[in-house]
Amino acid sequence: MFIRPLFRIVPDNTNYKFMKGRYLGLIVSAFLSTASVILFFHPGLHLGIDFAGGIVMEIRTPGPADIPALKHGLAQKGLGEPAMQRFGDDNAVMIRLGPQPTEAENQKMITRVRESLEATAPGTRIVRTDAVGAAVSGELFRDGMIALGVSMLMILIYIWFRFEWQFAVGAVITLILDITKAIGFLAITGLDFDLVMVGAILSILGYSTNDKVVVYDRMRENLRRYKTMPLRDLIDLSINETLNRTVGTSMTIFLASVPLVIFASGTSLAGFAWMNLFGVIVGTSSSIFIAAPILLFLGENRLRRDAQAHAKPADAPAAQ
Amino acid sequence: MMYFSRLQTWLILGVCALGVLLSLPNLLPKPASWVPWRAINLGLDLKGGSYLLLEVDMNAVIKERLDSMADSARQSFRRAGIPRFLVTAQQAQNRITVRVEDPTKIAQAMGLLRELSTAQPGQRPDLEFEQAPDGLITVTLSPIGLRERATAAVGQSIEIVRRRIDETGVVDPVITRQGEARIVVQLPGVEDPNRIKQLLGKTARMTFRLTDESANISQAVPPPGVDFLTLEGRGGGRIAVRRRIEVDGANLIDARAGQDTRNSQWVVNFTFDSVGTRRFAEISRANVGRPFAIVLDDKVISAPVINEPIVGGRGQISGNFTAASANELAILLRAGALPAPLTVIEERTVGPELGADAIRAGALAIGVGFVLVLAYMAVFYGLFGWFANVAMIANLVLMIAILSLMEATLTLPGMAGILLTLGLSVDANILINERIREEVIAGRSPLNAMQHGYSRAFSTILDSNATGFLSHVMLFTFGAGPVRGFAITITVGILTSMFTATVVARLLMVRWYARNRPQALPV
Repeated sequence: MFIRPLFRIVPDNTNYKFMKGRYLGLIVSAFLSTASVILFFHPGLHLGIDFAGGIVMEIRTPGPADIPALKHGLAQKGLGEPAMQRFGDDNAVMIRLGPQPTEAENQKMITRVRESLEATAPGTRIVRTDAVGAAVSGELFRDGMIALGVSMLMILIYIWFRFEWQFAVGAVITLILDITKAIGFLAITGLDFDLVMVGAILSILGYSTNDKVVVYDRMRENLRRYKTMPLRDLIDLSINETLNRTVGTSMTIFLASVPLVIFASGTSLAGFAWMNLFGVIVGTSSSIFIAAPILLFLGENRLRRDAQAHAKPADAPAAQ
Repeated sequence: MMYFSRLQTWLILGVCALGVLLSLPNLLPKPASWVPWRAINLGLDLKGGSYLLLEVDMNAVIKERLDSMADSARQSFRRAGIPRFLVTAQQAQNRITVRVEDPTKIAQAMGLLRELSTAQPGQRPDLEFEQAPDGLITVTLSPIGLRERATAAVGQSIEIVRRRIDETGVVDPVITRQGEARIVVQLPGVEDPNRIKQLLGKTARMTFRLTDESANISQAVPPPGVDFLTLEGRGGGRIAVRRRIEVDGANLIDARAGQDTRNSQWVVNFTFDSVGTRRFAEISRANVGRPFAIVLDDKVISAPVINEPIVGGRGQISGNFTAASANELAILLRAGALPAPLTVIEERTVGPELGADAIRAGALAIGVGFVLVLAYMAVFYGLFGWFANVAMIANLVLMIAILSLMEATLTLPGMAGILLTLGLSVDANILINERIREEVIAGRSPLNAMQHGYSRAFSTILDSNATGFLSHVMLFTFGAGPVRGFAITITVGILTSMFTATVVARLLMVRWYARNRPQALPV
C-alpha cells in the first residue's frame, strides 16, 4: 500500500470495442435527452425560492409536528393552503408560500406565519426564513442563466482554440446532451432549481469537459502516431489507453461527492449533492459513449488532415 | 524538469510554510493588536444570522426633491414679487413646470429657477431648463441629477441604518451598498430580525407643527396649507395640522425613553440643539394655550396644548407608549430620519442551531471525503499516490491561506467547494502517474519516464483546469449569496492545485528518486 499500487481499476491492455456500441450509446443518450426535454416542459422544473420568489420557513415544533393543525392555523390567518412538509425529524417542518405581488406583502406574510405558529403551537422556533421578492428572484434567475450561458460559451471558445473543430463540435454536442440529462434529472426528482443548483450544473460542465479533454488529447496524439490506423480502431485504442485516467479522475470526484450526499441530506445542499453525483456518472460515461462516436461520424479524412495541420510545437514530441 | 536547484527547493518549501503560517489565524486567537491577522469569515448560513436586502424607494426620493424644488421656487417668486404664477411638480416626468402670467417677468423667473441647481460651477448640470413658445418653463432632473440624488439618498440611508442597528446592540453588523438603490444588511447572530425590520421600516421623520383649529375636519379635501392627519391611539380620528414645519426632528440631539413622574406612563424625553431650542421657544411663546402637533411619518403621535413657553430646549412626548414602543421611538429619533422609505426585498435568516448543523454536516463530508480520496490514491497508486496525497494536503493549506488573505466568506456551498477541490486536485496526479506508467511500459528508463510523464500530462492538466476555472469565475461574477462562496473556493482551489499537483508532488518524486536511485518505478 505504501510503495506499489495494490490494484488497478482497469487492467492494462484492455481492448474493448467501444465503437461497436456507438449506435446503442448515441440512441440511449438521444432517448434520455429527448425524454429530459419533454420532462422540462411537462411537468417542468421545480423552481427554488431563489428563482421563483416567495417564502420558505423551516420550523421546529416543541413536540412532534401536527401538520393538519398547523395548516389549519395558517388557513385561519388567511394564508391559504401553504405547502408544508416534514423532513428529517418529527418536529422539523418546512413551510413554503408562493410569491406575493409586492415585497412589502412578503414581509407581512412572514409576520402572520409567525403569529399563527405562536397561536397553534406555542414554543415553535423558526430556524430558517428565506423570503425573496419578485424583482430579486427575476434578477437572480437572469444572472444564473447568464452564468450558465457565458460559461458554456467560454468552454466552447476554449476548446475551439485548443483543438480542431471536430473535437470542439463533439465536445459541445456532448455537453449539451449532458446538460439536458441534468435537467431531466431535476425534473424527475423534483429537486429545487436554484442558484446552488446552477453551481452544481457548472461543476458538472467542468468535470465533463475535463474528461473529454483527457480522451481527446490522446486521440489527437494517436492520430499523429498511427497515421494509417482506421479511425474506428484508433478511437477504440485511445479510449482503452485512457480508461484508467478517465475512470480514475472521475472516481476521485465521485468519492468526494458521496459523503456530500450522505451528510448534506438535512441541509440546503442536498439537491446540490445529488446533482453532483449524477453529473459525475453522466459526464464520465458520455466521454466514452457519446463524445468519441461523434468524432467517428465527423469523419476520418478531415480529422487526420486537420490534426496534422494544427500540430503545435508544444505537441511535437508526441509525433516522434 | 526533474531537477530542482537548492533555491527552487527552498522556495517551494517556503511557499508551503507560508501557507501554514497564513492559515494559522483561523485556528488561533489574535495574539496582539499590531499583528496582521486575516482569517476566513464564516457566512451567515454557517454561523447563523440574518441577511436583509433593502431597497431605497427612489420614487419617494425624487418626489421629495421635486416638491422641495417647487416649494423653493414659489418662495423665491413671492420674495421677488412675481405676481400670479403656477408651479406644479410632475413626478412621472421627473420635472416641475412653471407658468408665469406676466410675460415680462418670465426672464426673471427663469433666473430664479436656475438658482435651484445644486451643481457646482464646472460640474455637469443636475437640472435641465426648457422654455416653450407659450412661456411654460419646465425644469427637469437630468439623468446626472437623478443619479446624484440616488447616490446621496442611499449614502444617507446607510448612515441612518447603521446608527439604528448600532442602537440595538447587534455585534459586527455589515452594512454595504449594492447597485444603485440597494443596501445589504448582514446581522450575525440575529435569529429573529423582526425588531430590526420594524426599526428599518420607518422613515421616522418627526416634525413639530401647529394645528389649525379653524379647518373643518369633516370636509373631504383640506384647505390649502393644511393636512388632515390621523391621530395615533385614542380610537384614531383626524386632526387638522398646518403644513408648515415649525421645528424639524433633525434639530434633536437626544431622545430617551422614560417614565412620567406623575402618572408613571411611558414617555420620550427629547433635547433640541441650539437652533431647535430657539425656534421652539419662539413658537411656544407665540402660541400659549393652543395645541401643537408632533407628527411622525404623517401620523400625529400627540397634540398637547402649550401651557407655557418652552425655552430650555427640552420636551416630552407622551402618547400611548409601552416601554418597548417608547424605546423604539427614542432610538429612531436619536438615529435620525431616513431620506426615503426602505423595503426589505430579500431576507435570509438562519438560526445558529441550523448553522451549527450545517457546519457539522460540511465538516463531516469534508473529513470523510478527504479520507476516501487519500485511501483511493494510496491503494491505486502506492507511493506516487502518497506524493499526490501530500500535494493534496498542501493544496488544502494553500487554499485556506489564500482564502484567509482575501478574508473570503466561507458558506455551506463553499465547504462543498473545498471537498470537490480535494477530489479535483489529485486528478492532475492521476493523469501524471498514469502517463509515467505508460512510459515505463513503453520501455523508458525511470527518470526519462517521469520526465515525459510530467511534460506530456501538463497540457492535458492545463486544458482540463482552464475550463473549470473559467466557468467558476463566471459563477462568481454573476452568482449571488452563498453560491459565490462555492465559486470562490473552487476557483482558488483550481489555481493552488495547479501548483501543488505539478510542483510539490514533483519535488517529492525527485527527492525520492535522488535518494534511492531505483531501477524500476513503483507504478
